[in-house]
This record gives sequence, structure tokens and C-alpha cells, in this order.
Amino acid sequence: MPEYTADEMMTIAAARMIRNGASCFVGIGLPSAAANLARLTHAPDTILIYESGCIGTKPTVLPLSIGDGELSETADAVVSIPEIFAYWLQGGRIDLGFLGAAQIDRFANINTTVIGDYYKPSVRLPGAGGAPEIAASSKEVLITLRQNKRAFIEKLDFVTSGGHFTGGDSRAKMNLPGKGPTAVITDLGIMTPDETTKELTLTSLHPGVTVEKAIESTGWALKVAPKLVTTEAPTETELRVLRDLNERTARAHAGQA
Amino acid sequence: MVRDGDVVALEGFTHLIPFAAGHEIIRQGRRDLTLIRMTPDLIYDQLIGSGCASKLIFSWGGNPGVGSLHRLRDAVEQGWPAPLALEENAHAGMAAAYAAGAAHLPFGLLRGYLGTDLPKYNRVKFIECPFTGERLAAVPAIRPDVTVIHAQKADRKGNVLMWGVVGVQKEAVLAAKRVIVTVEEIVDQLDAPPNAVVLPSWVVGAVSEVKGGAFPSYAQGYYPRNNAFYKQWDPIARERETFQAWMQRHVLGTRDFDEFKSSLEQAVTHA
Repeated sequence: MPEYTADEMMTIAAARMIRNGASCFVGIGLPSAAANLARLTHAPDTILIYESGCIGTKPTVLPLSIGDGELSETADAVVSIPEIFAYWLQGGRIDLGFLGAAQIDRFANINTTVIGDYYKPSVRLPGAGGAPEIAASSKEVLITLRQNKRAFIEKLDFVTSGGHFTGGDSRAKMNLPGKGPTAVITDLGIMTPDETTKELTLTSLHPGVTVEKAIESTGWALKVAPKLVTTEAPTETELRVLRDLNERTARAHAGQA
Repeated sequence: MVRDGDVVALEGFTHLIPFAAGHEIIRQGRRDLTLIRMTPDLIYDQLIGSGCASKLIFSWGGNPGVGSLHRLRDAVEQGWPAPLALEENAHAGMAAAYAAGAAHLPFGLLRGYLGTDLPKYNRVKFIECPFTGERLAAVPAIRPDVTVIHAQKADRKGNVLMWGVVGVQKEAVLAAKRVIVTVEEIVDQLDAPPNAVVLPSWVVGAVSEVKGGAFPSYAQGYYPRNNAFYKQWDPIARERETFQAWMQRHVLGTRDFDEFKSSLEQAVTHA
């Protein structure tokens, strides 16, 4: 079996969640890596959409920013920012929103705004970007981030993008267009919301990771599914395609400023 | 054309960011500006760190793919070099606010801000659709005193052509009272394809040719985004002293964008 890192496992596990042919609104960073890996492996007909207005883009290297020239030059169409949000996202044309996060809580609500008091923050994070409307309007949402106690926390100081709010039917009552997060993919495993309570439950552990490790890397009492499964290890093809992509990207982003 | 106290938008969504014009605002020592931009990027880090701004209206303030804007964070967290008030939005809300500004409507409308804490801290209000009863977000229109953009081409009459990721520039231009455009080149014939994004000369106040004026962002068809510079900015901006030394050497100590770029090249050669 090939060797791999926890980050590679996370990206590959996230990529596998993308259905071929889905229209996928992609955030920068980990989601972008996973979505492009999916497109280069099992989901060649996935339509990747970036908030810079690039629709059906097929980059050969991962973009550093959400609007790199690589994205617009390989897109089926490039539209303006008002159009991408109004006609495409708000218009209900997105099957899957794919987000990263700085912090997340047990109901998959996301904070990317501030840690601490809003007016006197201890850490000022970048803010919302497109995420609140991606989280509200995509038919389904995937979230990917590294798992540790600073990121997986009991109570968010700020809800930037809504997941399942206070759990149960709280999202349904808000009449949001989409059904919200369906999975959170980390470097340790995969969590999915409980059908009734909507609380994130550990349903899959990556090979070699212990339940204890997942629990102690979570800032709340993490629920574990009775039928916990082990994530299938990365295949040689998945690893090769991901590493080639990362190498091409590193080469493209190096060079002199 | 930019005065102290103005509400100023420098737009360009990762592409065609008007860096040269932003540097000139810093050189002129403008103060008390309300800066508007969806993605503040490095140029607003430089403007804020240079003390030009008292307020920022924005929707995502980071160094894309790299990390924080350290000067923005220092202004918000420590009030250095001056306190910075924030009016914080989501992209969809800002796009609707610009579109309303372009249409000279009082507010923009969207199915947005649902389930986020942002409306507790900004001017978003919720209204009921008079036809269906749906709850929708209303955002006050953005009407800058001045909008500044960078584009690929203008002709000698001042008609401006841009392509690629066109962002929210058309809306930002039409929403503004005064408009400044820098371009990669001024040409005799624009040769714009039908339906291209063309800003007719009569909605543009001033056009200036600044080759490479969007560096380190990019101008499609001219030069790529300098991702290496975006990564190098992180250590430069992390500390106040290194930031100030860099600004003094490369922006305040140079007369224009050509000199700025030569000084960067010299720094690389001597490194």
C-alpha cells in the first residue's frame, strides 16, 4: 500500500464526495484542491464554478486566488460578479457548495469572521466572501478543514455561514433554499449530520487514526456512529494525480516576484 | 481627483487591480478616506497601513491563498496607524449594492444574509416580497465619490475595453460620481467585439496609460498574476517596521509606477 500524508487523505476523501456531473461552487484552498482532483479522476464532467465568475473552468494548476487567469482562460464562460451570485447561485443552479472554514461547531455552522468580540477581536479573520450565500443556496454543502480543538469548537463567536444552526429542524424552519452541510471532511475522518438532531457525528475514520484521537481533537463531546467505518485508503491513481497536480501548481507559483 | 475624506472604490476582482493608482493615492498622502472594495487585497493593506483610510467597506479581506492582510488586521486589532471602522458584507450583498448604485436605486435586493450574524453589524435590512411574502435582504446602494479601475485598453477618445474576470467594475464605475481609469495601452482602434465590456468615454472622467499598472495582480492578455509576490508580501507586511521600510523604499521614495517597478527589480538583483 502506498504511503501518504493526512492532508492527502483529507483531499482525496473530500474529492470522492463529488458526484460526476454536479455543478460545484468551489471555495479557494482545500475545497479547490479536492474539486479539481475529482475532476481529474472519477468526475470528469463536474462543472467547477468559482465566485470570480468562472463557470465550467478546467485549470491545469490550482489557482492561488479565486480569480487567477488560469481559471478564466479555461472556463466555458466568464460572467460578472453580480451575475454569478444573482443568476447562478441565487438562481438555484448550484448542486454542491464546497467550503473551507477557520472554525466550525457541532451543527456545522462556520466562522470566518472574528475570534473574540466583534469590535475588539483577538483575531480578525478575512470575513464572509461568498460563503454565506453558498451555504444557504447550494442544494448541498460540503465542508473541509483540518481537525483540532482550535477549529472544532463548542461555541462560535460569530456565525458567518449557517449550517444546521441549533440542530433538529432549525434550518428547515428558516426556509433556506438548500439543505445545508451533508459532510465535513477532515484530516482524521468524515463527520455527517445525524438525521434527526443534525449534530455532526463521526461516521468514518481515516486508516490509522484512532477514535480517541478524533475525540481529543474536537472541542465538544464528539458523537461517534455505532457503525464507524474506515475510509478506504488512497489508491495509487488518486495519489499520483494529486501529487502531479500539486507539483505542477508549486512550479507555476514559484518564480521571481 | 481623489480628495481627503472621499468615499473611494478601487475595484478589480483579483484581476486588473489598480495598484498604480492606489500607490499614487498613498504618495499624495490622502487621509480619512472611506475605502470600498469587495476583496481589499494587497493594495488596501498598503493604503490602510499608510494611514490613508478611516473606514473600510468590504466583503473578504485576506491575501488570497496566502493568509492575513497584516496591516488590515493591525488597524482593526490595534488601531495602528489609525483606527479603522469596518462595514462588513458578503460578496453577494456587495455585488447587489453596486448594481443598485449603478442603477441609481436606493437599495439592492437579494436572497442573502440568511442565517449569518453579519446583519447584526452592518446596514442590511430584511423586507417582505410584496408578491410572494418571501423574506429578502435589502442592502443600501453603494455610491462612491470616486471609482478607480484598471483596464486593458482605451482608445484616444477615452472609450475603455476590458475582458476576462470583469468583476464588479462596470457597476462600480456607473455607481460613482467621478471615474478614473488606468489602462495597459491607449490605442487608435479599440476593435471591441460585440457585447464586450466597454465603458463609453462619456461615463469616464479620466484615462491614463500605465503599463503593468495592475502588478502584482494581472491583466489578461498582457501579464499573469505574480503569485510569488503575493507570497512575499506576507513577511513584508507582518511587522510595522518592515512594511514602512518597504513602502518608503518602493512607493514613497519613487515618483511613479515605472520607478516603483525598477526599484523592485533592483531589490531582487541585490538580494
